[in-house]
Amino acid sequence: MLSEEKKKQLKKTALALRESTIREISAFGSGHIGGSMSIIDLLTYLYYEEMNIDPNDPKKLSRDRFVCSKGHAGPAVYATLQSKGYFPQEWLSTLNQGGTKLPSHCDMTKTPGIDFTGGSLGQGISAAVGIALGQKLQKLDARTYCVIGDGEAQEGQVYEALETAGAWGLDNLMIFLDNNGQQLDGYVKDIIPQYNLEERYKSFGFEVATINGHDFDEIANVINKAKETKGKPFFVIMNTQKSHGYIPGEGVKSNHSMPISAEVCEKAIEDLKAREEV
Amino acid sequence: MAFEKKSHYKEVLMDAIIDIAKENDKVVFLDADLSSCIGSTAFEKVFPERFFNCGIAEANMVGVAAGLASTGMVPFVHSFGCFASRRVYDQLFLSVGYTHQTVHVIGSDPGITAQYNGGTHMPFEDIALMRQIPNMAIVEPSDDYSLYMLTKAVYENGTSSYIRTPRKGINSIYSDGEEIKLGKAKVLREGDDVAIISLGAHLVTESLKAYDILKEQGVNATVIDLLSIKPMDEETILEVAKKCGKVLVCENGRYAGGVGEGIASLLAKNYPCLMDFICVGERFGEVGNLKYLASAFGFTADNIAAKALSLAKK
Repeated sequence: MLSEEKKKQLKKTALALRESTIREISAFGSGHIGGSMSIIDLLTYLYYEEMNIDPNDPKKLSRDRFVCSKGHAGPAVYATLQSKGYFPQEWLSTLNQGGTKLPSHCDMTKTPGIDFTGGSLGQGISAAVGIALGQKLQKLDARTYCVIGDGEAQEGQVYEALETAGAWGLDNLMIFLDNNGQQLDGYVKDIIPQYNLEERYKSFGFEVATINGHDFDEIANVINKAKETKGKPFFVIMNTQKSHGYIPGEGVKSNHSMPISAEVCEKAIEDLKAREEV
Repeated sequence: MAFEKKSHYKEVLMDAIIDIAKENDKVVFLDADLSSCIGSTAFEKVFPERFFNCGIAEANMVGVAAGLASTGMVPFVHSFGCFASRRVYDQLFLSVGYTHQTVHVIGSDPGITAQYNGGTHMPFEDIALMRQIPNMAIVEPSDDYSLYMLTKAVYENGTSSYIRTPRKGINSIYSDGEEIKLGKAKVLREGDDVAIISLGAHLVTESLKAYDILKEQGVNATVIDLLSIKPMDEETILEVAKKCGKVLVCENGRYAGGVGEGIASLLAKNYPCLMDFICVGERFGEVGNLKYLASAFGFTADNIAAKALSLAKK
């Protein structure tokens, strides 16, 4: 269990990253707010508590790596990387502008700290399997974390990737399913529903756990459990709320990408701070 | 190790990759349940810890290769040409090309060399598809030695590559020690009347036979073995176009987006001249032996000679 002090600190960081993400998208006028906000607690824990990274040496071979296979969550990843010092804060207001280093979808050729390009859904998870394998082959004491969307889990390539990770026993690989229940066109259950999630992912040879993706204790516990698991990769069904923390998008069907005016931005941040009682 | 004579192209290919892997412990080989077909079992025997059979899941294989490459490994991946190109195109384009990762792709049994696997397995469009991926080198060796040399050359070049080669059979055009380089065509015969630019073991061999047929009819042809599709040896192509004024391109592939179109575009910009093409048009592949397919698609010395003659007379 995390100490109350630590949890308070993590919540404060996550709040700052949510504010930063909302401002980043608002600076452009619109963007992928929903799927960005749902993974911010995971990003906070990974980048602030877990991953062995060096923002001054983003390509260090022995680093832990994070692959945002659901590449459209770029804005949340950029807010996190910026807060860790990978690049200056001014970059955040350039999201999606011509010539920016922060494109809509995560791009390893443009942004320091992005370990692999995501966006053509289903591809990042295969790369994460390759990265985890590469770390093993080079005998690096390093881990690979990858987040996929629940909508993304409709892509067949996801299951090809899971098959190989299970077959090769990549115990340095951890996959998180951002199970926010929504995809671009609406609710996953209304489009192509997904059943028996734990059984489904166990069948590929993964150790599987289901957690609340907005609870730092549960995130910490599952990561610790994964690190103790030998000979098997770990899959986390992370129940989240799409747009979590951007209140105007919470519970809204079409919150995949939303316009955020300067006025709405300030109000949303004010309301969020009031709700979080900071 | 160096080049050695073998019974099949696939053995020469594996010799080259094993030689590369002996020098670089980052080299890995990924196959998609066609290991016994391409002979990558030979690689597995020497480097069991660096060989991965990804099963019949080519898209993931390419993605895994891209991830491996991002950690500094150097993957070679193999499938039949159709599945190594069009089946995994978005993965090759984005996870490999767009991300600037280096992955060497072997697409085996190009065009009519797919023979008994038939139309479902007969890639004519792989050239056009691969030409669209920025910075990807594409080679089509024409014999055992050029296969060995070009496999090494694409590795040394350092960008991703597509190696288009048949698995079975063997032929020899070049002698050991001859210079074979990425981006450099070879002039096999010289004449002033018409230039024949060919690719691959089958069509280069047929083009050499066509040279003899033409010679008997008093037509002197230049025969070029292009070897490297990207980068393309523009200098040599322009040189022979200027010398002969007429160019016939022979490729075991589809016209749209293919080598012929590439050369036509080069010549249209720099030295417009009469051209013709031996290639596949609006048509799919089909089953049969090499002799039947060569005849069905016009990939024969007689057809090459007839087209070259008609060009020469224009």
